[in-house]
Amino acid sequence: MKRATFLASVALLAGALAAPAHAQKAVVYALTGAKIYTLAGPPIENGTVIIRDGKIAAVGTGIEVPAGAEVIDAKGLQVYPGLFDSYSRLGLTEIGQVSATVDLNELNQYNPHLNAYSAIHPASEHIPVARANGITHAVSAPGGGGFGGGGGAVIPGQATLINLSGWTVEEMDIRKSVGLVLNWPSMQTTTFDLSTFETRQRPFAEVKKEYEERVGKLEEWLDAARQYAQAMVSPAASTIERDQKLEALVPVVKGELPVIVNANQERDIRNALEFCQKQKLRMILAGGGEAWKVKDELKKAGVPVILRPVQTLPMQEDDPYDRPNTTPGELNQAGVKIAIATFDSSDSRTLPYEAGNAVPFGLPWEEAIKAITLYPAQILGVGDQLGSIEVGKRANLIVTDGDPLEFKTQVRYLFIGGQPTSMENRHHQLYEKYRARPK
Amino acid sequence: MKLRILLSIALLAVALPVAAQQSTVTVIQNATILTVTQGTIEGGSILIRDGKIAQVGKDIKVPAGATVIDATGMYVTPGIIDCHSHIAIDGGVNEGSVAVSSMARIEDVIDPDDVDIYRDLAGGVTAANLLHGSANPIGGTNAVIKLRWGKDARGLLFEGAPPGIKFALGENPKRSNFTPPPGTPRRYPNTRMGVMDVIRQAFIEAREYKKQWDDYRKRSSAGEKNLLPPPRNLTLEPLVEILEGKRLVHAHAYRADEILQLIRLAEEFGFKIATFQHVLEGYKVADEMARHGAGGSTFSDWWAYKVEAYDAIPYNAALMTERGVVVSINSDSAEEARHLNQEAAKTMKFGGLSETEALKLVTLNPAKQLGIDKRVGSIEVGKDADLVIYDKHPLSVYSVPQKVLIDGEVYFDRQKDIAHRAEIEKERKELKEKEKPKEQKKDEKKPDEKKPEGAEVMP
Repeated sequence: MKRATFLASVALLAGALAAPAHAQKAVVYALTGAKIYTLAGPPIENGTVIIRDGKIAAVGTGIEVPAGAEVIDAKGLQVYPGLFDSYSRLGLTEIGQVSATVDLNELNQYNPHLNAYSAIHPASEHIPVARANGITHAVSAPGGGGFGGGGGAVIPGQATLINLSGWTVEEMDIRKSVGLVLNWPSMQTTTFDLSTFETRQRPFAEVKKEYEERVGKLEEWLDAARQYAQAMVSPAASTIERDQKLEALVPVVKGELPVIVNANQERDIRNALEFCQKQKLRMILAGGGEAWKVKDELKKAGVPVILRPVQTLPMQEDDPYDRPNTTPGELNQAGVKIAIATFDSSDSRTLPYEAGNAVPFGLPWEEAIKAITLYPAQILGVGDQLGSIEVGKRANLIVTDGDPLEFKTQVRYLFIGGQPTSMENRHHQLYEKYRARPK
Repeated sequence: MKLRILLSIALLAVALPVAAQQSTVTVIQNATILTVTQGTIEGGSILIRDGKIAQVGKDIKVPAGATVIDATGMYVTPGIIDCHSHIAIDGGVNEGSVAVSSMARIEDVIDPDDVDIYRDLAGGVTAANLLHGSANPIGGTNAVIKLRWGKDARGLLFEGAPPGIKFALGENPKRSNFTPPPGTPRRYPNTRMGVMDVIRQAFIEAREYKKQWDDYRKRSSAGEKNLLPPPRNLTLEPLVEILEGKRLVHAHAYRADEILQLIRLAEEFGFKIATFQHVLEGYKVADEMARHGAGGSTFSDWWAYKVEAYDAIPYNAALMTERGVVVSINSDSAEEARHLNQEAAKTMKFGGLSETEALKLVTLNPAKQLGIDKRVGSIEVGKDADLVIYDKHPLSVYSVPQKVLIDGEVYFDRQKDIAHRAEIEKERKELKEKEKPKEQKKDEKKPDEKKPEGAEVMP
């Protein structure tokens, strides 16, 4: 019975609220009677959210529904900011093993001028699948290497923040560049080769030499960018040939654009932190497997962390078995600002469960919700636009029938850019198709 | 005579405490018991005697001398059974050099020191089907284990579990996503046609081999003298066991068409596929699977990592269940195994399975698929006391296993684990300290004190 009701509501949604609608209609929506988790204060019981022109126009109790507004009765339901996968590969890969469908890794080690934006595939089937689980926006980052580093270019390019809805990348775009991705050169003697499924051992001296070369090169690039920036404001500017790579690095060396640094091992994190401080870069740590070992330094330096999934194995054999689960709570407790992300595309939908799995191990529930809504927005410099339900913010939000971190919970309505957005997707379509196969 | 009596009394005296020790009784009290087969018991107790479940219910008296586990506010489920695992295997899981590697045995390479045993145990897993890899149309034989962390390789084996074997279809045995090292030739097969050919050819040979042995045994038991037995063939022996219904086939498969092809091939030779593993498109041919009697052991929601996984849907488990297939959710990963209860919970969202149906996916159903359901998979009198005690409902994202019991013994205790951490940390620090002075000492050594090179090499 419950299933029938749910399916009916999905069907209704699919019919009434057509596919990627985005800011085309200037309709006013009112969500009424819901429990609203604004994340800007305590939850509002029996509250109303008014959405106008893609933005949140009002939120609270006793708010009058404007004439002509489309009213969604959300009695018994809960409203949250849309979930934010702050490190994903959405739109850049379709089928992992088919290189023709993967646009993550360009050749060359230093590609600051490349941008995920230029390769995002709006029709990727991964996007509606993630959306159906409440993910409304995501950072799409270039570069491979799993949960934060350990492969690919030193600088794979810039990461883009997109709405998970839109006919074109321009309609999806929230911010073309939220940071320069930097895979911190890791001093790992053991590497895993995915193509042969074998581990490879290298002498430490060789690894160290490679590390020093790569970091040295990185330093050279940043120095060159500083000189380039100076030269471009000098009287001789018109005589200087345009250099796309240096041009892309200028906002980085000026501290305007953050570097999203992938590092997991303690040594790598320490090295990266020292480097970024010396170079006066705005660092965001990504991955952060062993960030708990560096929590005081991260806190002191004000460096936030986009954590890799909680559902990973401990990094060291003798780590406590629940080490990945306790890390978010421990960092949060230490005052380090954290987000939790999937670092994935097809698995982006599991974002709420990654956050949920940190809760019984010391991350308070509301902090877990914030780690996939408000905090990533603040970390990536869009805290004024996203992450909470406050007047003036983008109306990216979800209406659920329960705790969004729980498995049973269904997302009942989803708004992106103020538009009700379909939750139909490839998986549900295949389900319906084969469910109807005659016995 | 007297001496003998005295002696036997003395023996008895020695034996008695041992016997008393063996007859251990444990009672788990005041828990919400999710039996899987007989509903939920609130405020219930489980009495365990000698590793078996002796009583389950509300009013159970604690016998004198019993160990009591207070589980007030907690939930007890049967131990989780992982129908597809590669933990506790020493070295590679793929004997990929040949297309038929049925002579390779996982049982020979069990590594009882693999820390993943403990990690998965801490996630509530009490039994696992250790499978060979998927590089071959016919792979190696399996080993079903209990996660008795601390026991040796033999001590891990699930006594009496029916033997099994790995088959594999599709991209992996075709080696689509595998680059052979430079200079090595490609291995047959290269297509799904070739995969089916390899399997069919192997069973033609196995039939012939079986005939030779049947013939020999018949003539031998008829009293014929001077008979030579046929030469043993360790590649074909497991296949004969399949033909005789004594060995379970666990076939790695993704696409609906290859699932159907293997069903038809098995029917051609008169055997059954016990489980299709991964079986991501099982929902497309669930009726055919159900009619054949094959189980489906799938992932909760992984998809799109390769072409044959592009039609994978998280509704797969629910759809196959609806069509009458016995379905389990497996891990294929030391990590995923740590939260199979959560993976099962996803089927309530994707496909609307009930709580009991969801729980069955990781308890009773995999037990059925592995032919061990008389021993494990539910909380019933007479079954092994393989149990998980969770602090919250096991289908909640917030639940954490507190204790895990195998054969009535506590193999994982979260509080003890936490209490032990300071000790481990101390030991780690001490070891690190030890490393430093040792090096200094070495430097202090005079050259003439050093052993000449090669001194320790035996002549």
